[in-house]
Amino acid sequence: MPGKHMQNRLLAHSTPLILALILLAFVAGVALTGDRALARMAAETLVRVTLVVGLWIFVGNSGVISFGHAGYMAIGAYCSAWLTLKPQAKALFLPDLPVWLANAEWHVFPAAIASGFLAAFVALISGAAILRLSGIAASIATFAFLAIVYTVYSNWEGVTGATSSVVGLTRYVGPWVALAWAVAAIVAANLYANSASGLALRATREDEVAARASGIDQYRHRLLSLVISGFFTGVAGALFGHSLGVLNPDSFYLGITFIALAMLVVGGIGSLSGAVTGVLVLSLLIEALVRLEQGITIGEAALALPSGAQEILIGIVMILVLILRPAGLTGGAEFRLRARTPRLSFDQEQTTTN
Amino acid sequence: MNTAAQLFFDAASLGGIYAMAALGIALIFGVMNLVNFAHGQYIAFCVFALIVPSTDAVAVMFLGRAPAFLLIPLLLAVGAAAAVASEYAVFRHLRKATPVAMMISSFALGFVIQNALLATYGGRPKAISLWPELNTPVTVMGASVPLLQLIVILATLTVVAGLALLLKKTRIGLEMRAAAENFTMARLLGVRANVVITGAFALSGALAAAVALIMATQTGVADVRMGGQIMLVAFIATVIGGLGSLPGAVAAGFLIGAVSVLLQAYLPLDARPFRDAFLYTLVIVSLLVRPQGLFVPSSAKPRV
Repeated sequence: MPGKHMQNRLLAHSTPLILALILLAFVAGVALTGDRALARMAAETLVRVTLVVGLWIFVGNSGVISFGHAGYMAIGAYCSAWLTLKPQAKALFLPDLPVWLANAEWHVFPAAIASGFLAAFVALISGAAILRLSGIAASIATFAFLAIVYTVYSNWEGVTGATSSVVGLTRYVGPWVALAWAVAAIVAANLYANSASGLALRATREDEVAARASGIDQYRHRLLSLVISGFFTGVAGALFGHSLGVLNPDSFYLGITFIALAMLVVGGIGSLSGAVTGVLVLSLLIEALVRLEQGITIGEAALALPSGAQEILIGIVMILVLILRPAGLTGGAEFRLRARTPRLSFDQEQTTTN
Repeated sequence: MNTAAQLFFDAASLGGIYAMAALGIALIFGVMNLVNFAHGQYIAFCVFALIVPSTDAVAVMFLGRAPAFLLIPLLLAVGAAAAVASEYAVFRHLRKATPVAMMISSFALGFVIQNALLATYGGRPKAISLWPELNTPVTVMGASVPLLQLIVILATLTVVAGLALLLKKTRIGLEMRAAAENFTMARLLGVRANVVITGAFALSGALAAAVALIMATQTGVADVRMGGQIMLVAFIATVIGGLGSLPGAVAAGFLIGAVSVLLQAYLPLDARPFRDAFLYTLVIVSLLVRPQGLFVPSSAKPRV
């Protein structure tokens, strides 16, 4: 029935609304406690939401695992540093920048947008090459891309400061700024996923041969999703830099790649709600484990996890989820309003149909 | 002539290490379509098995104290045991999962092993001295070559020949080749899946241990991060060689070794720190030219 179909298409747009409300409740809850450590945790979590949703735009829709997104993140983060740092600081730490860049002193918001565009542009160039490959070969090629970015950024002494950190970034990213970008990423991700290109791309994810037989140009849709994905990943990189205040190439290598993928997989790679759920669940788990590593006292006994336990446990959780619930916590379903009975519930339909 | 011979030995020994690491990955991919990201951590695990667990800066030899004729089989067994144990703990439960899910879980497993090593041994690289006399140069064909390089080249050739014999002449080898060709069909024809997979993991782990021995002798350092770099190169070698193709993995391992030695020798000085960036760019270019790799195994063709 066309009427029901239309209704279904419209209700798909309730997903970003619900996700935005969940995140808003999270930030508001944290803001009410007034705890500064918690506020920092919330800001970090929402930067991760932007990152993982950015990653999902490509990985979730295409089904191709990308190990290269930490590279786009690094590109965005350093771009924002080049544009916003004080010219004196740049003359001191990054002497080889071109003159116009060395003198640039942008406002942070246009700088974040510019970071996104630079990362999107690099995604276009790298994707044009990498996405010609099929599934696993493409994944390995994204790994090669990550290694290229890492090698360049950790050796380009006069432009990126190499392995010595770039310091002095304005730390303007609090929970509310991060919330705004996270919601923007979620809205864009949902719009893309429900666009003609997004649906076509998901068809190739489910069955490459059948999709090709239906006249879908897989390469074009993958490239488009990678460019959009690159934009938000680049912005997430800029936000990451401005929430810590310090940049180092090592922050954008295997560690963040692993955490981002873990969040995506634990939440459920097949749905946008899964990406957001994964970030929230794992961020809370990481926070709890970090506090346990610092030690808590229950009555007389002082408990402390050995350091390193956090990473090990996250890895084990990820393996367990993959074994016990391969489609992730949300099982590939979206949070959305349902037709007929308008109440908040899990949609039981397969994602392939929505 | 001198430099040519020198370059040849450098390339062959580096390529030999890459080839062995790539073989370990290709073996497992062939049998169960698993891209095993934990392979690099098997290597790191074996290196650290040489020394006593502690976070002190000075390394005390543990297994490394044993004489060579004991140490080599012992470490190969440790590597095989680690790989088989990981199969029992993780991959056995993922037999029906998609290749992507298996790839991510191996990534997670590698992360767990790496952080476990970090927690037990501390993050600082440690100096270890394993057979230091092997680094003394000898003169061959006018080039001065560390003895170890010759041993690496010989060891690689022995391993490759031994593996070829094992695969061609023994029952388990035949079963492995059958499983790599078409796993479901092979099972229907009576190939013992668990034996084959355990065997592949044991071989792969032993290869990781061999790489670990060479790296420990060559660099004299035990570093938690040492597995990552070689694993990445090994992966790229397996993909360039054609995923699942063993001769392809070996050939591509040697090719990457040769290219990186040549880049190191002939890049202008300013560009040398960026050698790896050039190498990986070439890798992407080569994948674009031959997306299926240099050697395409018949199992790689998509079935409709």
